[in-house]
Amino acid sequence: VTTRVARLAIRGRAPLLLTAPALVTAGAVLLPLVYLVIRSTTAGRDAWAVLDESTARLVLDTGLLVAVVVAAATAIGVPLAWLVTRTDLPGRLIWGVAAALPLVIPSYVAALTLLGALGPRGLLQGVLERPFGVDRLPEIYGLPGAAIALTLSTYPYVFLLVAAALRELDPALEETARGLGRSRLAVLLHVTLPSLRPAIAAGGLLVALYVLSDFGAVALMQYPALTRAVYLQYQSLFDRDPAAVLSLVLVVLTACVLVAESRFRRRARYHRTTATAARPAARVALGRWRWPAAGFCALVVSLFLVLPIGVLGYWTWQAVPLGRPIELAWQAGLNSLLAAGIAAAIAVAAALPVAALAERYRSWGTRLLERACFAPNALPGIVIALSLVFFGVRYAGPLYQTLALLLFAYVVRFLPQALAATGSALRTVNPRFEDASRGLGRGPIATLLLVTAPLVRPGILTGAALVFLSAMKELPATLLLRPIGFDTLSTEIWQATAAAAYSEAAPSALLLIALSAPLVYLLVGRRGAELSGPG
Amino acid sequence: VPSVPRLGALSLLVLALATACAGSDRSRSGEGGTLMVYSGREEELVEPLFDAFERASGISVEVRYGDSAELAATIADEGDDSPAEIFFAQDAGTLGPVADEGLLAELPAEVLERVDERFRDPDGRWVGTSGRARVVAYNTDAVAEDELPDTIFGFTGPRWKGKLGLPPANASFQAFVTAMRLTVGEERTRVWLEAIKDSEPRFYERNGAVLEALAAGEIDVGLVDHSHLYLLKDEQPDARVANHYLGGGDAGALVNVAGVGIVEHADADAPRRFVRFLLADEAQRFYAELAREAEYPLVAGIEARPGLPALDEIDGPAIAFEDLGAELEETLELLNELGYTS
Repeated sequence: VTTRVARLAIRGRAPLLLTAPALVTAGAVLLPLVYLVIRSTTAGRDAWAVLDESTARLVLDTGLLVAVVVAAATAIGVPLAWLVTRTDLPGRLIWGVAAALPLVIPSYVAALTLLGALGPRGLLQGVLERPFGVDRLPEIYGLPGAAIALTLSTYPYVFLLVAAALRELDPALEETARGLGRSRLAVLLHVTLPSLRPAIAAGGLLVALYVLSDFGAVALMQYPALTRAVYLQYQSLFDRDPAAVLSLVLVVLTACVLVAESRFRRRARYHRTTATAARPAARVALGRWRWPAAGFCALVVSLFLVLPIGVLGYWTWQAVPLGRPIELAWQAGLNSLLAAGIAAAIAVAAALPVAALAERYRSWGTRLLERACFAPNALPGIVIALSLVFFGVRYAGPLYQTLALLLFAYVVRFLPQALAATGSALRTVNPRFEDASRGLGRGPIATLLLVTAPLVRPGILTGAALVFLSAMKELPATLLLRPIGFDTLSTEIWQATAAAAYSEAAPSALLLIALSAPLVYLLVGRRGAELSGPG
Repeated sequence: VPSVPRLGALSLLVLALATACAGSDRSRSGEGGTLMVYSGREEELVEPLFDAFERASGISVEVRYGDSAELAATIADEGDDSPAEIFFAQDAGTLGPVADEGLLAELPAEVLERVDERFRDPDGRWVGTSGRARVVAYNTDAVAEDELPDTIFGFTGPRWKGKLGLPPANASFQAFVTAMRLTVGEERTRVWLEAIKDSEPRFYERNGAVLEALAAGEIDVGLVDHSHLYLLKDEQPDARVANHYLGGGDAGALVNVAGVGIVEHADADAPRRFVRFLLADEAQRFYAELAREAEYPLVAGIEARPGLPALDEIDGPAIAFEDLGAELEETLELLNELGYTS
């Protein structure tokens, strides 16, 4: 039975074997912040003059975009997760994998394809012109375009985290509520949804941080977000100090988002009392709602996956009449898989001690440590990349611009995603099992690895999937830190779009999606099928 | 699914291997040594030049591609430890600040003299390698050539309302606005910018996007560099778009250059050979004859691509690049104030 235990478990001092790696991880993740502090403190008064009333407007506009995208991502991600994990929805395994995949589409590619399809004179207008005489479609630039593109890139965070939580949720409480005569809808609203709060909060947090940090979509959609202002400082004035000051504003916004997330989650705890999810929940028969539900999934997948793939396919096909061969960058694909795969493994390994400390040895210190790891996540990629340039070339000379430092950069950038997934999974595991393990003589580390880790396995796998997909598409750090000649799919796409060669960019983008699909299936799809039992 | 400890051990192992591979890869070098280039110019556009240099010199070229401004920031943050030996940038506006931070070494006179002094640093720390002219690109279905004003000040009337596109965050566009401020003065520039803003222009992220919007018929005219038309035609040979050149000292006919500099601490031999190569006839002819973007060669005696007006005939504003750089901040404030970049 899921319980909300307000008490704080008293579990003694955290073992050094847990604290040490957690501190190392936090130290690494905070490097970009240290860089910003160095930059903005050595900067003169001039750099601080960048903060004026226009900054206030930027903050408001950025906040509006964050709110809209978080709301949209939640409204799409939560129902999708429930349909895919808990109902007899037809084709749910396919929907599950397809709905996670947009996460791998770089946001500037998402924005490009959306503009290509839905722009005032895009492909859709072309289709409508002949039969309906539509001359141009309504404006997509600005808030609508930016919000759609960013929702595409982020709703999978909510979807994946909530789906993982639903799989781990003990069905007993819901069954009890049903047994006590509550309607199915009432159970969903008053029992299931509240126990999903940690997952929804963690997902929303990742969405908000992504929106704060994104540059590609807001730039193409002409939306005045803070990151655009930061980039403008680099692009036009080559002045790293005001850029650092503006980035600190993003860090402050991150702090606000973190507080909001904690409040939403409240101090309650949400873990079950029985051990693992050996017993899956009975699937809800959707009955006559089956097809509308499938229609909802189809709509989401069409807009956010089929449409971008369609536009990319169209651009690929454009190369044919030009007499150009369609080349697939297999080597770059392999490089992407290698780098993203290793980064995902390291990130979850690094996140587990931090999450375990924060959840199992609750103190203001451990909480702060965990929260601090999120702090740099809203920084634009270029800031994180430059901070690692700064430290890498000085203190890791032989590793500078090798794969090792690139992987380090991925972990620094995407650790919060592993952390959010592991943390929200840990909150649903009852610490009593760990107490029992400790009582029976296991050490804290052995307990973490042999008892806790298996219990939060879906969370760990989800975290790995999130980091993997994000690293597959990472661009700014990849460009500056990769070994010479180490092309990835994201750098291939960037090269081609920079030279306006969409017919060459599109095959790489399609390959990016195709190569990611099997891994998403392995990490989240198959696991879902395992647990689903008979439909 | 492997257990977590096994996953961790495995990843550490792979990491160690990968580091080893990557490390050994770095130390590999050609017979004539290596040259590390940070290139803000796209691989698609400049790789043939690097290949030709490798063949000619026996020096193997290692290139880090990226955005010009980001690479400039990278060189600055790397400081004395920078592995970069050559900085090859998209525009003069990026080279100036890097040179001013003391990060570029002085180039030999014989290299500098290959290029007209308009197109190089007066202190000799960078030199232009190819040029681009500002133009008004237009959709040939929507606009007749004789309808087009021959000055940039003619594009503010009702005819162009909602039909004009420009990339406000683009460095070339900002250089053009600076040039206007320096030629016709602060007040006229402000009036022009306000008039353009009032006629509901469409903003795009970069030049390429303006050209695509022109091809799609989203807009009728766009303020861009001449070279983007050629990149567009490469993708859409039938696109109904053409370039319109302005003249009479108009800021709308500004010529900007891509250029190159040697990073200060670099051992100068290979980098010098490379810069000399870029300004030799062979490399300059590459721009005239082969380069996808059809930029102007800058060395005297090499003719531009057929169909382009000769570089000498483009009657742009008489302005030095270092003034463009020094004035940029105020241009940005103006653009920001008038709602172009905010």
